[in-house]
Amino acid sequence: MAWYIVRRVLQGIPVFLGSTFLIYAMVFAMPGNPVLRMFGDRTPTEAQIAALEAKFHLDQNFFTRYFLYLGDVFQGNLGTTFNGQSVNEILIRTFPTTLRLALLAVIIQLVVGVTAGLISGLRKGGIFDHAALIVTLILISLPVFVLAFVAQWFFGIELGWFRPTVGQGAPWSDLILPAIVLAALNMAYVVRLTRGSVIETSQADFVRMAYGKGLPSRRVVPVHVLRNSLIPVTTNLAADFGILIVGATVTEGIFNVPGVGNELFKAINRHDTPEIVSIVTILVIVYVFVNLLIDLLYGVLDPRIRYVKK
Amino acid sequence: MSRSNPVRQAPRYVAEVDEGGLGAVDAVRVSDRKSNLWLDAWRDLRGRWMFWISAVFIVFIVFVALFPGVFTQVPPNNDCYLANSNAGPQPGHPLGFTKQGCDVFSRIVHGTSTSLSVGVIVTVMVAVMGIVLGAFAGYFGGWLDSFLMRIGDIFFAIPYILAAVVIMSMFLHDRNIWIIALAIGFFSWPATARILRSEVLRVKQFDYVMASEALGLSKVRTMFLHVMPNSIAPVIVISTVGLAAAITAEATLSFLGVGLPNNIYMSWGNDISAAQVDLRTNPMTLIYPSIALSATVLAFIMLGETVREALDPKARAQR
Repeated sequence: MAWYIVRRVLQGIPVFLGSTFLIYAMVFAMPGNPVLRMFGDRTPTEAQIAALEAKFHLDQNFFTRYFLYLGDVFQGNLGTTFNGQSVNEILIRTFPTTLRLALLAVIIQLVVGVTAGLISGLRKGGIFDHAALIVTLILISLPVFVLAFVAQWFFGIELGWFRPTVGQGAPWSDLILPAIVLAALNMAYVVRLTRGSVIETSQADFVRMAYGKGLPSRRVVPVHVLRNSLIPVTTNLAADFGILIVGATVTEGIFNVPGVGNELFKAINRHDTPEIVSIVTILVIVYVFVNLLIDLLYGVLDPRIRYVKK
Repeated sequence: MSRSNPVRQAPRYVAEVDEGGLGAVDAVRVSDRKSNLWLDAWRDLRGRWMFWISAVFIVFIVFVALFPGVFTQVPPNNDCYLANSNAGPQPGHPLGFTKQGCDVFSRIVHGTSTSLSVGVIVTVMVAVMGIVLGAFAGYFGGWLDSFLMRIGDIFFAIPYILAAVVIMSMFLHDRNIWIIALAIGFFSWPATARILRSEVLRVKQFDYVMASEALGLSKVRTMFLHVMPNSIAPVIVISTVGLAAAITAEATLSFLGVGLPNNIYMSWGNDISAAQVDLRTNPMTLIYPSIALSATVLAFIMLGETVREALDPKARAQR
């Protein structure tokens, strides 16, 4: 296990360096003056240009600049937005809310998704199975902002069950509707993965064996079928997290959740490129890190992964 | 099919007793229908209503995209009067008007070609990059494989919409269909490359690959002539679903405000974004383009789904 962790962490390093470098290159390797490009249709003052050039070390060569920039990121110096706020402070203020929203979404996605997937897998071809297949197909096809607006309009405005936008301090009760919207796409994937894997597992020899030695369904299903069916769901958590990041940007913007995604949403609308780049960089770093954690978790859950021979 | 205790049923291949002799076991029945992966898939697809619904709808969408003039005579952008702002349906304007007084139906019809072109350009680009890089990595192996796959890991580590947001915010003034397609596609090829690579690893063990090399074909020729055509099936599935994802991505970027310029291109994402301020008073302006967008995406996802089930016996067994 220790060897697996070391190997996986070492593999993570080039991915981390490469992905931050790619974002950096996208901003600074394009033709033209990157500082001027960041301002878009606005005209910066001399002082603003000088400040940004100093911040991005534009007098150094490209690779030196990248490492200086990476150093800045690691020291927690993420720069300021056009209207003078510090990106660090924005992130510190907004991250807890996003974390709560994401947590709620992951809980909904796993509880509802695994339950529905298990039922439709066990009763393959039944009414519930057909309904689940159609509902998940529709959920997969709905872009997150369409779903968000429909939910906001229908449950928030027409029926009045939820507040259409999140109130001061983002209480948990206000976060439920955005979390359901955020969870919907991943939930559909979880239902389908669980279903497929339950069908496959229930045909495995050890399940027949369990039934054969007289165990009742209420023991075979949770202990033998479900536990072994959850491995693909765990593996897919990494992809889910990527969907969650993008979904959070849209959902938080629409429901006005005061989170990181909402900051990115507003920064995009303001054409505040330095802030966009800072937030995207942080999100990618978090994404790489979470991927690493999920891989390690996968190694814990499935011993076969740990012992791959080179 | 709902059994509480599933029993595995293995097919048994036993020669008929009255045929006798080993020859009967090995003989190829000439009268049998010809069959290969694609014919089998087609026979399976032919009988499925989901395939026909999605296929017919996609043909229809392509027709709308190519000939928008057949469906509406109203120009989408030049015939807008603020007097019509948020007005309801009128003769000749079946879906009413936007806040700017433009015809909703016409904007939806003309937006079809934008969505579809971005989808097709991204899909072709991703498929070509993924197939070439995946095939080289899988067939040649060794350091090239490690190198290409590590590069793929790096691109895979960035959620492609976030990357596209950064790229698009760098192009504020010269956004067009090609730039947005590049921004979406540039970061979504590793999934295709990985799938093709694993398929190539399977295919390259077959005898006909060895035969081809033994007959003196170069490695590159063998790869293009024999390995690639036989490992392309999963890529077709992922490309169909990828087309749907690219359409969603374009709409999402336009919705976020880093998509195509509103005054030159009709884009469903832009229209949805513009209609959100009137969600309380005039929700239909938002809902019509949303329906167009979701139905298009649904059609491609349904097609991908049915094709996957037709090509993959494992998925067929789970149906």
